[in-house]
Amino acid sequence: MSELPEEVKAWIGQEKYREEGEFDVERGYIFTSCSSVENGNPIFWDEKVADEITGGCIAPPTMISVWFRPHQWSPGRSEPAVPLQTHFDLKKALDLPEAVMTDNTIVFYEPVRVGDRLHTYQVIRSISAPKTTKLGTGRFWELDVEYENQNGEKVATESYTGFGYKREKK
Amino acid sequence: MTAQLTLDQVKEGQALPELAIDVDVTTVVLGALASRDWRPMHHDKDFAQERNGTRHIFVNTPHNAAYFERYITDWTGPTGRLGHIKFRMKDSVFPGDRMVFRGQVDKVETDAAGCGWVGLTIRLAVGDKTTTECTARVALPSTEGDNPWKRKGEQWRP
Repeated sequence: MSELPEEVKAWIGQEKYREEGEFDVERGYIFTSCSSVENGNPIFWDEKVADEITGGCIAPPTMISVWFRPHQWSPGRSEPAVPLQTHFDLKKALDLPEAVMTDNTIVFYEPVRVGDRLHTYQVIRSISAPKTTKLGTGRFWELDVEYENQNGEKVATESYTGFGYKREKK
Repeated sequence: MTAQLTLDQVKEGQALPELAIDVDVTTVVLGALASRDWRPMHHDKDFAQERNGTRHIFVNTPHNAAYFERYITDWTGPTGRLGHIKFRMKDSVFPGDRMVFRGQVDKVETDAAGCGWVGLTIRLAVGDKTTTECTARVALPSTEGDNPWKRKGEQWRP
């Protein structure tokens, strides 16, 4: 387990999975998200306030990853799609069946507006040597996800630290 | 205009109001669905226990982020604009837990573009245990007529 496979080493720093969101940014999901944490910020609920403060309706900045999470099923798909595919690629390539996310950093640029169609891509920044935690033995990895709007303006950069692991046999 | 916090009203070391939330199964599932996260450890207790080795389903990453955003903007009002947020999940939050958010102002500054910023440290605790540590940088109006949401390009340095 100590050596990274060459195939996996080659992934580090590569732009992967450039894609367009499956649907436009829409208010229904914004309301659902705000409702889930009882966020009453009027820029998400009141068009008049949104016009005054943010120049129109926007999405909560921390919703950024929501616009790229695929439907569990859609026509023509035989397997459920997964978000953050590089994370799952690493689990599979490194034979680490379980994984959790530990750190999350998001930097916000242009607001995401209702009606936007966003684009994204993923980059693996680093993969650690094997480590043992209370969950099991595996590796930490750092992934960046870049997000842009339909005008090519950066809207956010999201960085994750994941830990892929095998549970200790009892 | 809804009430807003301005930079001159904030001091380093100032505490943010505490926020407590009782988590149940619906809280966790609602957050997972709202963030379009269909993975079973956020709605299937058997899966969470058998595959993840956790005691129950648990709050997912984007739901955590949404709670931090709500906590911050409950305090700033709608003209507060998040620049960045970083958090580390040291432990999970499960149904039956009471989440308590506590925050404080670490830094108050104005950048070279004239934008007012506040640096925050926020701790999410369950009982005596800190489950998630968060730092955030949020822009506030420098004066009553200022609005960080109008900043673009070089004027916005998150």
